[in-house]
Amino acid sequence: MIFFWAFVIGGLICVVGQLLLDVLKLNPGQTLTILVVSGAILDGFGLYEPLIDFAGAGATVPITSFGNSLVHGAMAEAEIHGLVGVVTGMFEVTSAGISAAIIFGVIGAIIFKPKG
Amino acid sequence: MADKTKKNTPPDAQEYQAFQQEREVKRPILKNCVKAFLVGGIICFIGQIISTFYIYYFHFTEQTAGNPTVATLIFITMLFTGFGFYDRIGQFAGAGSAVPVTGFGNAVISAAIEHRTEGFILGVGTNMLKLAGPVIVYGVFSAFVIALIKTILIQWGGL
Repeated sequence: MIFFWAFVIGGLICVVGQLLLDVLKLNPGQTLTILVVSGAILDGFGLYEPLIDFAGAGATVPITSFGNSLVHGAMAEAEIHGLVGVVTGMFEVTSAGISAAIIFGVIGAIIFKPKG
Repeated sequence: MADKTKKNTPPDAQEYQAFQQEREVKRPILKNCVKAFLVGGIICFIGQIISTFYIYYFHFTEQTAGNPTVATLIFITMLFTGFGFYDRIGQFAGAGSAVPVTGFGNAVISAAIEHRTEGFILGVGTNMLKLAGPVIVYGVFSAFVIALIKTILIQWGGL
């Protein structure tokens, strides 16, 4: 069942992105930025966690989960170290996405040649 | 702001703008949304398969399986971007391929590949995060503000 909800919720988040592109005529950079910030805000209100439980990868794969995990890491450290933890814990949970993008970006640049 | 620029432009330019708006191709919003839904859904579905794999064989939980899943998807994106498939998917799917984390990966990896002719330090290193930059910058900043408010509320507000 979680496979079905992953498909539906993931698809719906992409539809929101498409509407931002088409209806509000934003460029892709603005759209993605808005989605990331919304993910962070949703987690601020504690709403993103239940969505992950419900839809699994449907909630963790869209870029909104990036904002969610940033807040998550910051809050986890903040519980231990107080306000300083907000800064030090920021990338605790998110590191996978950014590290993977950078590592595979460099590997990609070594292996592949640009196409005309 | 639109009114202000309209007043300042000469009449023939205004006429041209009206003409341009009239002739502008209407975007097929519904069709685009259906495409975005299907492709985005399929990418998340594949993500769920990878997540399930990590949960069963490496003992991650539903919450923590997101991380290795994202890394795996970005690895797959590298191959797709390198062989030029991802651009074609993107042309068809619009936001459907841009919103999942694979779109973030594609933005980084395609920039890295494109600029390798300018050298690895100044080309790849400098330009890699150009497209993904705003996402990281405002993601981090908004997360900082939210976590700060929440921490203050919890510690001194008794939330």
